[in-house]
Amino acid sequence: MTAELLVQVVVSGLLIGFVFALISVGLTLIFGVMDIVNFAHGEFLMLAMFAAFWLYALFGVDPVFSVLVCGPLLFTVGVLTHKILIRHILNAPMLAQIFCTFGLSVFLKSLAQFLWGPNFRSITEPLLGGRVEIFGVFFGLPQVAAALGAVLATGAVYLLIYRTELGRALQATSEDKETAALMGIDTEKMFTLAWGIGAACVGVAGALLSMFYYIYPEVGAVFALTSYVVVALGGFGSVTGALIGGLIIGLVQVVAGFITPAFKMVVVYLVYMGVILWRPQGLFGRW
Amino acid sequence: MVRRVSRREFNLGLAGLVGGLAVGCAQTGTPAPAVGQQPAQPTFPKEVKIGAIYPLTGPAASSGLDGRYGIELAVEIVNGKYDLNLPLAREEGLPNLGGAKITVVWADSQGSPEKGQAEAERLITQEKVVALTGAYHSSVTATASQVAERLGVPYVNFESSSPSLTERGFKWFFRTGPHDATFGKNLFDMLRDLERVKGIKVRTIGIVNENTLYGTDASKITKQYAQEYGYQVVVDIAYPANTSDVTSEVQRIKAANPDVLFQVSYTSDLILFIRTYKQLDYTPQMILGYGAGFVDPQYTKTLGKDADYAITRAAWSADITQKRPAAKVIADMFQQRFGQPMTENSARSFTGMLVLADAINRAKSLEAEAIRQALLATNIPGDQTVMPWQGVKFDEKTHQNIYAQGVNLQIIGGQYYTVWPFDLATREIVWPMPRWSQRQ
Repeated sequence: MTAELLVQVVVSGLLIGFVFALISVGLTLIFGVMDIVNFAHGEFLMLAMFAAFWLYALFGVDPVFSVLVCGPLLFTVGVLTHKILIRHILNAPMLAQIFCTFGLSVFLKSLAQFLWGPNFRSITEPLLGGRVEIFGVFFGLPQVAAALGAVLATGAVYLLIYRTELGRALQATSEDKETAALMGIDTEKMFTLAWGIGAACVGVAGALLSMFYYIYPEVGAVFALTSYVVVALGGFGSVTGALIGGLIIGLVQVVAGFITPAFKMVVVYLVYMGVILWRPQGLFGRW
Repeated sequence: MVRRVSRREFNLGLAGLVGGLAVGCAQTGTPAPAVGQQPAQPTFPKEVKIGAIYPLTGPAASSGLDGRYGIELAVEIVNGKYDLNLPLAREEGLPNLGGAKITVVWADSQGSPEKGQAEAERLITQEKVVALTGAYHSSVTATASQVAERLGVPYVNFESSSPSLTERGFKWFFRTGPHDATFGKNLFDMLRDLERVKGIKVRTIGIVNENTLYGTDASKITKQYAQEYGYQVVVDIAYPANTSDVTSEVQRIKAANPDVLFQVSYTSDLILFIRTYKQLDYTPQMILGYGAGFVDPQYTKTLGKDADYAITRAAWSADITQKRPAAKVIADMFQQRFGQPMTENSARSFTGMLVLADAINRAKSLEAEAIRQALLATNIPGDQTVMPWQGVKFDEKTHQNIYAQGVNLQIIGGQYYTVWPFDLATREIVWPMPRWSQRQ
């Protein structure tokens, strides 16, 4: 194996890792604040990808710009999900909560297939097409753009949570809802916000992915499973954990895929299991 | 009060959910219209129910729908009256059964062997279908046909290409379409002919295959033929079809640098591979495909000009319409009815359905054994099909259609052209495929 090849493998792993991270940040945020696992997370991603696709197909808006639409759009979807569905099952048994978001996932998938058919779509001429070559290492421009966008979005969420009043309120709610409410924090508003921001993360990720990934109703499943592993690895509810976890899984997947392609997912899950055995709460988890 | 969820509870919930889903899905599917009870005196049935299992949702839904359209058109031809040189076209319904009409009961496998198995069970025990067909994915066909074998119901497969399916020696399983051993041989025969006729030298080959039954069997066959024909396999990669990233696989292939690359992929994974080849600037002399993703209309539609130049084995090509007049009419009907061109998936399922209907008609009964005997006695000449086959006749032991064969197509400008066998070619082969930087 030459040095170039090694660098190429690492670069590819990191590029996809940043996208995993952004998707997982959304998931972990909702979980951290609400204690509800959003099984429809992958479908939110799918909706964002379709939104980016239709903006491109109907109005010629490139994903580079439609990111700015998809983020807020999915924020709205997240808020509506909370207002219409989640609000009513906050105190329901865990199984009911799982079935609720899982049902939403099946519903969204079926709706997408009903509305747009099972066909594959893609953005054929993205503004950022092609690739650049640096010392024999190839950087796909859309991949680089997606990774950069993911870094920016993840950074923004990080700052929002750890550096602002609002973020502290979110953290407090995630820590202890009753006490937070006693301190005058509007927890209902925090819940809504968590769903909004969580969904907005995949909104951005979806638009970025649409630059180089195919789009079809089942596409969410491809990323959702990985993001659950990332969240469990990084620690439920931890934004930093999701970021580091995303990078680790991205790297492991690509490097393992290079060494033993048939078993790459086995290696990914082995790493996950190893971490869970050693630190059951995940790398940065609190419980 | 919101309860903290422990990891254990989460996992338990997840396990319960998955289990619940499997059970739930066994009971979904399209309910069939109620059938009138058979009257006491022996009269002919009004309808003949055939169960069809296809991936109607899920990653392969577009291929599944393709197959479904072919079957729907075949049923239309059988049930209606058409002046075509095809079995049962000129009569309404099944004449030997008093003009009984065929009804298809659909079931969705979602591409999953477990669901396919559960659906086969449901179709046979609850819907009381007289025969089964499906299920596109070889892995699903394998489990679904096991149910039919156990319950003694004829299962006629039209398009699953894994050779091992007919090697099981099942009593009730038949296959009308060619399998990958035939296809694989076609690809190697082409390589040999290219060297002989055009002096194109290929020494090393690479294999990349998805890791279910279809991909694994195709890979095995490729290796067998490679040895037989004297090619060296320098890289051999199996990957999970539902993967989000294949850069590492592609880098491995690139590092090994085989002369030609055999690609065994379904649709979504194939799109991902071609995209990644382009991103990492990888071009072998040629990509040789084992159908599936390569012949899904979504492949050329999604990738546009990036889909070009690959050569794929195929069971059918649109050029056949020049040789078989019925094929032209059927292909036009198909385009008009479903708004998309006929593909090898729809052509195979169309033909297979006619073969099955013809056998039931000749059986003069809905008894499973009578249908099985009629299938064994099948002998349909090639010109009564829309396929490039010599005909349909099942091997006594394996129940594989011994006359099924394929062609090799090259994709140029989003169109499929027959390039091999050379005497059937409608276009000169482009070899090697141009590098990404040299493409327009």
